[in-house]
Amino acid sequence: MPSMLEISPEQIEDKRLYAEMGLNDAEYKQITDLLGRRPNHTEVGLFSVMWSEHCSYKNSKPLLRKFPTEAPHVLQGPGEGAGVVDIGDGQAVVFKIESHNHPSAVEPYQGAATGVGGIIRDVFSMGARPIALLNSLRFGSLKHPRIKYLFEEVVRGIAGYGNCVGVPTVGGEVQFDDSYEANPLVNAMCVGLIKHEELQKGIAAGVGNTVMYVGAKTGRDGIHGATFASEELSEEAESKRPSVQVGDPFMEKLLIEACLEVIHHDALVGIQDMGAAGLTSSASEMASKAGTGMVMDLDHIPQREKDMTAYEMMLSESQERMLLVIEQGREKEIQAIFEKYDLEAVAVGEVIEEKRFRLLHHGEVVADVPVDALAEDAPVYHQPSEVPAYYREFQAMEDYKPAVENYKETLIQLLKQPTIASKEWVYDQYDTMVQTNTVVTPGSDAAVLRVRGTDKALAMTTDCNSRYIYLDPETGGKIAVAEAARNIVCSGGRPLGLTDGLNFGSPENPEIFWQMEKSVDGMSSACQSLGTPVISGNVSLYNESYGKAIYPTPIVGMVGLIEQTEHITRSDFKQAGDLIYMIGKTETEFGGSELQGMIEGRHFGKAPHLDLNVEKERQEVLLAAIQAGMVQSAHDISEGGLAVALAESLFSNGLGCKVELSGDKTAALFSETQSRFIVTVAPDHQEQFEQMMTEASFIGTVTDDGRYSVLVDEKNVINADTQELKEAWKGAIPCLVKSKA
Amino acid sequence: MKFAVVVFPGSNCDRDMYHAVKDGLNEEVDMVWYQEADLSQYDAILLPGGFSYGDYLRSGAIASTSDIVAQIKEAAEAGKPILGVCNGFQILLETGLLPGAMLPNRDLKFICHHEELQVENNETMFTSKYQEGEKIQIPIAHGDGNYYCDKSILGELKQNDQIVFTYTNNPNGSTGDIAGIVNEQGNVLGMMPHPERAVESLLGNEDGLRLFQSILTYWRNNHAIHA
Repeated sequence: MPSMLEISPEQIEDKRLYAEMGLNDAEYKQITDLLGRRPNHTEVGLFSVMWSEHCSYKNSKPLLRKFPTEAPHVLQGPGEGAGVVDIGDGQAVVFKIESHNHPSAVEPYQGAATGVGGIIRDVFSMGARPIALLNSLRFGSLKHPRIKYLFEEVVRGIAGYGNCVGVPTVGGEVQFDDSYEANPLVNAMCVGLIKHEELQKGIAAGVGNTVMYVGAKTGRDGIHGATFASEELSEEAESKRPSVQVGDPFMEKLLIEACLEVIHHDALVGIQDMGAAGLTSSASEMASKAGTGMVMDLDHIPQREKDMTAYEMMLSESQERMLLVIEQGREKEIQAIFEKYDLEAVAVGEVIEEKRFRLLHHGEVVADVPVDALAEDAPVYHQPSEVPAYYREFQAMEDYKPAVENYKETLIQLLKQPTIASKEWVYDQYDTMVQTNTVVTPGSDAAVLRVRGTDKALAMTTDCNSRYIYLDPETGGKIAVAEAARNIVCSGGRPLGLTDGLNFGSPENPEIFWQMEKSVDGMSSACQSLGTPVISGNVSLYNESYGKAIYPTPIVGMVGLIEQTEHITRSDFKQAGDLIYMIGKTETEFGGSELQGMIEGRHFGKAPHLDLNVEKERQEVLLAAIQAGMVQSAHDISEGGLAVALAESLFSNGLGCKVELSGDKTAALFSETQSRFIVTVAPDHQEQFEQMMTEASFIGTVTDDGRYSVLVDEKNVINADTQELKEAWKGAIPCLVKSKA
Repeated sequence: MKFAVVVFPGSNCDRDMYHAVKDGLNEEVDMVWYQEADLSQYDAILLPGGFSYGDYLRSGAIASTSDIVAQIKEAAEAGKPILGVCNGFQILLETGLLPGAMLPNRDLKFICHHEELQVENNETMFTSKYQEGEKIQIPIAHGDGNYYCDKSILGELKQNDQIVFTYTNNPNGSTGDIAGIVNEQGNVLGMMPHPERAVESLLGNEDGLRLFQSILTYWRNNHAIHA
């Protein structure tokens, strides 16, 4: 009997074995106080995963409370599988972002694939059909063979899973910076569509009701995954490969179809995905939310391997598993639905009145703890915060201004920077069109999907410029939210809300905690100003290796509503003769810019300034102009400044532009001043547009000669063949991936 | 006219096919689960794309052993139009209804984008609405789309005018640039590109709609003769 070999509660205390599972002395003491006795091995396991940062948000909770989460159109804020926002006509959009950074650093294909699988389950467990995937990726420099391997395998893993389950991968972003060398970031976002009345919750309500397990069998994979995700990566990380789960997208596809059928069955009470911390979190959270308890007999858990212990079953993170609570006595009705898909639904437990989480194995009680102790009573830490020395230094610096001699060559080099260069190599591997709703495929400011059966569409994007956040987390946090909203507006949509993927280093380092605190402050104020509540999210901490943390990277995943499909707008120029306008004025702002990184090899100084009132005003007027049918194309000006934004606008249709600017050449072309847009307008609408958009200045005309021509103060500064620019931009990533280091 | 879209476990373009017929063609269409289908009620059978059985073993291999294949073969013998797209094409190859086999793409990567096709044979029941030699844009989305057949089969395909579509810029290494072929009788079409993804101007491309319209025209003409 495995239980005879089990480590005794005394040994756990004496040898501090709980520390190996990620609990500290005070937390262990708190557990013994909550139980009134020493926890056994299985119980320590339950607490260690439920009290990990990944499940309990113990270090981030005080910050997350600052986010505005409510608005009249928010049907479900943070706390369930995913957030839900009303889009009218009885429909709602469901979305969430989640990180899979640590697994992807160790086993990139499966790490990324299971990240996609997990976020899809979060969405369909709400009752919604997943309609789109996005992902936000960060890697070190592609010069290193290891980084190439991570990049290629992460992309292949996302493709392998998403393509097979039949959910289009429609957008996202990939950025490269040395700070991610040992800690790549893989954040996956899923968007679903639902009718209001189909909304489900993960609750274990109704004493006597049956707890059912559906999906893949439980194996020994992913044990302690949540704890692994809450530690720094180290040389031993490779030995944590068994903590990485293996995905089966075919099983997931069956689960999607079966679960979306089951939600129409009135016997269903609650449904939740077994994500991080597997059975432990899904079961205890469902009971805790319903104010009930649960007893489970682990002998009934479908097992993939022999002689699994209670500890292993409860901590396994085997993929593609769901937990359901259904009305007692109606098990067969539910089983019949799953049988159609060759899936087995097994009764494994019962909802009980007593608020205990009780596990039986081989006829013995192997764990018996208060439900809320696991799901609610995790300690909350208010970590000390300290202003980093680098920040003071950066703030005291003179404004940085790069010296540029050859403007055309600088533009070409910028277009080749992996962060700016075309990501076609990536998205060509993703099925972007399955489900036939994708109107705007990757490459524009945001992806756009029509809502079938209506005249509406959804715009979606992920954004985060972590360099700005590193330089100045509060301003950078504002910019991340504002930029996401700009991308939605440029596509013709009104931002509805956002999901945040907060990726940081160790919160126990006061300077890192300060970055967290300030970026959340900045994001919160932008959310308030722009009317975009945070409806769901994820926190990934300890993204550091050998004491070096990643740039603070709070990724914003935003969804917007386009009221009529005729408002859908793209970033590329449409027609020769259209007038080009720039909205906003350019300042000399190069702190954290693409050009600074290219020339200096590092980022320093002040982040670009952002005025949220100006931002809001411009976004509203631009959206009104788009809705009034005055705008041919709209593009926000971001990395690489106006020169890069102009070039990007030309690549799809092979057009040219003749633009005349004034003032400092380097700033006019490459500064990254915020809240700016490039808009093209048909000559017929010139007067009307100029009256409406008083902040727009006319800068030039779209041409059909295929030339990129920019004059500053009447002097020719860049005159290039659009095709030449396009080749540089398009070829950069394939070239880096293929080159031998 | 009544279409059946056969849904296997892991099919994922079934709804797209359904909407192409229902909304694009305005004809009757059902999605039928592979275990419950009675295909005798339908005038045409559509095998959609996706990853039937996760494409485990070989793309389309497991689906080709399911009971419904007998009904598909019956329909083929009866001369009904049968269209297999992507995974549907792979299943048709595995059942032997079409000759050849599918290999992983030349570059070993999944690829998804619009691809230019040339209509090689516009005298089939699937292509009468196209011009011979016409260039059309149809999306592709596959990992195993590299069509393979030996020289003698390729010779037969050419001789019998069974090659219906070719790629003008071969994206996956397919033998003879083949994108789609019909059986000798001309009523079973397998193609890797997705015509059902190209039936609406909102999504940027309507070049695939004429394939469905061709089937409908054939059926109307044929039906009128019988009636």
